[in-house]
Amino acid sequence: MLSVDPGSVPAAGVPASPPVFASAPLLRVEGLCRSFGGLLAVDDVSFSVMPGQIKAVIGPNGAGKTTVFNIISGILRPDSGRILFSDVPIAGLPPFRVGELGISRTFQNLSLFPNMTAIENVMVGCHCRTCCGVVASVLRLPRHYREERAIRDAAEKHLAAVGMADKAGVSVASLPFGQRRLVELARALATQPRLLLLDEPASGLNTRETGDLARIIRQVRDTGVTVLLVEHDMSLVMDVSDSILVLNYGKPVTEGPPAEIRNDPQVISVYLGGDFGSAAD
Amino acid sequence: MLSGVAFVATVVGLQLLTAATGRGYYLTQLTMAAYYTTVVMGLCLVMGYAGQISLGHGAFFAIGGYTSAYLTTLDLSGWAAKGVGLTLRKAGVLVARQDLYGGECLGVTPWLAFAAAVCLTAAVAFVIGYPALRLKGHYLAMATLGFGLIVYRLVLGTERLGGADGISSVPAWKILPGLDVCGRSVCRIQNYYVAFALAGLTLFMVLNLVNSRTGRALRSIHGGELAANAMGINTAQYKLKVFLISAVIAAVAGCLMTHYNGAIGPSESGAMKSVRYVALVAAGGMANVWGALVVGGALEFLSLRGCFGSADHAVFGLILILIVALVPEGPLRPLGRGVVRLFRAVTGRAGA
Ligand SMILES: Nc1ncnc2c1ncn2[C@@H]1O[C@H](COP(=O)(O)OP(=O)(O)OP(=O)(O)O)[C@@H](O)[C@H]1O
Ligand SMILES: [Mg+2]
Repeated sequence: MLSVDPGSVPAAGVPASPPVFASAPLLRVEGLCRSFGGLLAVDDVSFSVMPGQIKAVIGPNGAGKTTVFNIISGILRPDSGRILFSDVPIAGLPPFRVGELGISRTFQNLSLFPNMTAIENVMVGCHCRTCCGVVASVLRLPRHYREERAIRDAAEKHLAAVGMADKAGVSVASLPFGQRRLVELARALATQPRLLLLDEPASGLNTRETGDLARIIRQVRDTGVTVLLVEHDMSLVMDVSDSILVLNYGKPVTEGPPAEIRNDPQVISVYLGGDFGSAAD
Repeated sequence: MLSGVAFVATVVGLQLLTAATGRGYYLTQLTMAAYYTTVVMGLCLVMGYAGQISLGHGAFFAIGGYTSAYLTTLDLSGWAAKGVGLTLRKAGVLVARQDLYGGECLGVTPWLAFAAAVCLTAAVAFVIGYPALRLKGHYLAMATLGFGLIVYRLVLGTERLGGADGISSVPAWKILPGLDVCGRSVCRIQNYYVAFALAGLTLFMVLNLVNSRTGRALRSIHGGELAANAMGINTAQYKLKVFLISAVIAAVAGCLMTHYNGAIGPSESGAMKSVRYVALVAAGGMANVWGALVVGGALEFLSLRGCFGSADHAVFGLILILIVALVPEGPLRPLGRGVVRLFRAVTGRAGA
């Protein structure tokens, strides 16, 4: 089961109301910088995410959102800055360690294992919470069978949670794009994260699928998982998030609840009245 | 279970067939083909599942073979007459054998030589694999290619390893009372079964491994190393682990085949041998252990029978090129689909 910090779970009946945060931040990012050649992709970014929160990071293309995610998940090293995950410094750790500690993610351009079925992809997600090694598998020890059954059950449960139970045996290469996004989400959930990073989960989805996604994201949060979300679809962002951080050219512009961000003149000028204005209505 | 029965039935069937047709001498090439195909199945783990290319498996095979050949053909009689040597002889670490001229000499027992071969191979594979596998991309292919060339030059240029002649008169390895791994023709049938027992054991181990948590981790590395890592899989460690296992499998096969042939030469570590293993994994369908076994066994047998004549190496190179260009998933699966379609067409028409 997902490990749940009892103090951090918002009441299940009222997901829409902003939860009250009594405890310390789950994730704290301080003074994060990262450049590529001469380009400062992330420039002194600081923010924190409270447990049980759904926090969105928005900003125009190239604002550095994915780079922030890559640094948090260990794929990129920061040039400077600190990242504390429940007070443990994680900046510079390899991705698998970050994953073990309880941060999982999805990828902007999808990164499923195309040589595997949907359920196998999700079963890979169970890897870091299980332990059978080479010897147990080769000798087919009883605990191999026991663990394989547990892994399959958990994977089925996570596929069902995103509404993909009936596609378990299908190769992901033959799934439509929207369903691949859901499998990737299920795979991330299978690592039993405490913090889930979603990089543009709604891109490529139609309106109905985006609506389903919003529901799933809230459900995930209600099971005790904190969510950090990068997204261009403003209706989704305004719909689900408790707090929004706006980045522009790698720098934080402002941060606040959706109602504030919606009317912030700075934010509106960043988006130059693009799709932001219409979506905010 | 069913596949195990199929394997045993085929092996026994082949042996009975050679006996019935009076072609017992085929067993020699079948035995050697079994050893080579064991290497191919081990390499399948690295290539087909973890997606890493090793061009050094010929060298690992040779390290296994040369280590046992060298240690078992040492003559320690002078040293073993007193002190530690005498104790070792009593303990069975040193065993007597007859040299070419009928005199007695003392060498290391094949068991210890085998253990040394396995340890040495694992150590060497670790040294090659550790730096190369921490990086993403085809660094292992480059590192193992260079390593293979070095091993080839080393065995060719080392006097004590027999240079171009290799090491011969390697003694028999008495695995069990009455069960010798050696090339004498009276032992031909039992050696055939020893070789296929190793192949079967490897098949069993590799199949169990790939159908498990570890196997999924390996396939996920093949499918997307970065994503696998982000999902909590220590990709570098898994790649190294499976490379070590695979190298040791090659060394075990090399060790046994050296005792079977009673000799080993530098050609075993040649680059073309390594390329051949790679070609056979590809021909078997990459992530397909059964394919590796069947295609590897069949083509190695034909090659050993001399069916490809002087174009032997070229045939394997050509196979590799054709597969990469025409059927990247290997010929077996498309062939299987074709057979199924044909079957459906035939039965469909019969029903109509
Ligand atoms: N690996 C890299 N090498 C070089 N430059 C990079 C790399 N990754 C990102 N960049 C650059 O850093 C900047 C920020 O990129 P990033 O992908 O973080 O933006 P983003 O906010 O996610 O944009 P989008 O909304 O388009 O996904 C961009 O200018 C991009 O070109
Ligand atoms: Mg991005």
